[in-house]
Amino acid sequence: MKIVVCIKHVPDTETKIVIVDDGKSINSNGVKYILNPYDEYAVEEALQIKEANEESEVVAISVGDDSTQSSIRSALAMGVDRGTLLKTGNFALVDPFSVAKILAEEIKLESPDIILTGKMSIDAYGSQVPGLIAELLELPVVNLARDIVLSEGKATVKRDIEGGSETLITTLPAVISAEKGLNNPRYPALKGIMQAKKKPLEIKEINLDETDVEIIELTYPKQKPAGRIVGNSADAAVELVKLLRQEAKVI
Amino acid sequence: MSKFLVFIEQRDGVVKSSSLEAISTARKIADISAGSVSTIIITNNPENIAETAGNFGADEVLVVKSTNEYSPSVFAQTISNVIGKINANVVLFSATSMGKELAAILAAKLKSSLISDIISMDWNNRIEVVRPVYAGKAMLKLASKGEKVVITLRPNVFPVIENKKSCTSIDFEVATLSDTKYSIVTHTELKSSGRPELTEASIIVSGGRGMGGPERYPVIESLADSLGAAVGASRAAVDAGWRPHSDQVGQTGKTVSPNLYVACGISGAIQHLAGMSSSKYIVAINTDADAPIFKVADYGIVADLFEVVPAMEKAVKAL
Ligand SMILES: Cc1cc2nc3c(=O)[nH]c(=O)nc-3n(C[C@H](O)[C@H](O)[C@H](O)COP(=O)(O)OP(=O)(O)OC[C@H]3O[C@@H](n4cnc5c(N)ncnc54)[C@H](O)[C@@H]3O)c2cc1C
Ligand SMILES: Nc1ncnc2c1ncn2[C@@H]1O[C@H](COP(=O)(O)O)[C@@H](O)[C@H]1O
Repeated sequence: MKIVVCIKHVPDTETKIVIVDDGKSINSNGVKYILNPYDEYAVEEALQIKEANEESEVVAISVGDDSTQSSIRSALAMGVDRGTLLKTGNFALVDPFSVAKILAEEIKLESPDIILTGKMSIDAYGSQVPGLIAELLELPVVNLARDIVLSEGKATVKRDIEGGSETLITTLPAVISAEKGLNNPRYPALKGIMQAKKKPLEIKEINLDETDVEIIELTYPKQKPAGRIVGNSADAAVELVKLLRQEAKVI
Repeated sequence: MSKFLVFIEQRDGVVKSSSLEAISTARKIADISAGSVSTIIITNNPENIAETAGNFGADEVLVVKSTNEYSPSVFAQTISNVIGKINANVVLFSATSMGKELAAILAAKLKSSLISDIISMDWNNRIEVVRPVYAGKAMLKLASKGEKVVITLRPNVFPVIENKKSCTSIDFEVATLSDTKYSIVTHTELKSSGRPELTEASIIVSGGRGMGGPERYPVIESLADSLGAAVGASRAAVDAGWRPHSDQVGQTGKTVSPNLYVACGISGAIQHLAGMSSSKYIVAINTDADAPIFKVADYGIVADLFEVVPAMEKAVKAL
């Protein structure tokens, strides 16, 4: 089995976002970047598939800048065999179509049996890339997997939907995106971290074409006026309910 | 000119209210840009659909009668065929799991741009939209440069506006796929808790680590029921095994925008806020006056939730 995992290098949610003067991007200085948390589930699943199928290989692919190498190394430390960085400039908020096109080209060269991704990147918040690459590769996609069982060239995937759950069957190769709960991602052992330094990490320069979405501006969200502390005991509940009915008009 | 196609999502013949939000939004922009609003529904039970869609401003509805289970591949191809026929240039979905899935496949088919999970849409000689990024810490305003664009709308954010139009109903065939590569739903299980679904609820009462244990959730469930609300949870409560993952609100859980979000015993970590800060009104009940949740709350009570919540329920019932 050959498994490709798409991973993204993203700012940690906790870091403070500072918008730069162009009003269209953030200052990445001093921002802590991590491997996108959902992509860890995808990496873990790939490793488990490899462990269950002899002679398998797991390749991690990322569209990013030079600093992205550290997230690829994290995936290698978990046990991924090799990595490919498709190097562009600023990639964080580039429209997902442009990213998907670059990924799809590279995946075609690898011709894997299965392509795993996270359900969304925590910076762009899109859940768009998996469906795009699938269609660009003319493959089926199943999003939000909480359980994947492979057998005889097919995958049976369970996922939650609004108000319940459903089971899908897809032919392979397919693109499957991982939701929390799919597995428990392993922590890289010291040995893995040492080995990761020697594993192949290929860097390919990519020219990001004209993107098809225009960024007009990036702004901070409107600050809400400070809220009101209605009280410091259960006695305030009556007043609160009154405010919700008469002032907010939400109940 | 914006020629809209809105995908109407339904389950068991019931149209999702988020689809009505999408139709209303399309109508509003169509009216100021000399555009039109077509809609499409794929269902085995299309009863009264022209009337429903027309009530919120649709000019026409393309009815695809299909008894088949949901298949992303088949649905996306069907919508693509419709677009080929009616030449829509703006396609709207709600940002539900189905909507986001279909939008991405469709955008790749149409070679159009794709903009997901927007919270506002304006007309400025072109469509301009805003979507939250970086866990809601920044707002990104975008416009498509291409001829066609596929957009998903965050549920519960856009208003439903009645705007009666006479809506033509046109039958359309479901796509048949020529190739053998596809995915299909084989089994669906709907859990009915008797409460509204989190992403659709207009009121949510959520409990975090401050609940102290699974056996104490009836306190907030009871308040939720008196308000007709859904029940949510923080990741701390879910990871402790107190509540199912499907109840989790936040970055790793659901994104919700109810009219009212009541956070009980939740500190307000950035990952939790990422999932609920677009709620219209936020109430926080927490014993710690310094908890970050009070920074985003419209109203707060600094006290023990086990005393406040039952008192609130009593006050609600007395209304
Ligand atoms: C990658 C990543 C993703 C994450 N995704 C999510 C997510 O999707 N959703 C999410 O919620 N979190 C998420 N988290 C976790 C998040 O950082 C917080 O740890 C979590 O939200 C804390 O939950 P809590 O507020 O219930 O618990 P705590 O932070 O422990 O807060 C409990 C609060 O209850 C109050 N309290 C205690 N007893 C009472 C009482 N009797 N009455 C009133 N108040 C009381 C306390 O004062 C305290 O403020 C994520 C974290 C990471 C790293
Ligand atoms: N720049 C990127 N490089 C590699 N994979 C990516 C990139 N952006 C997104 N992905 C993959 O697509 C998933 C969904 O991302 P998004 O559509 O941005 O929410 C992520 O979890 C990754 O697996």
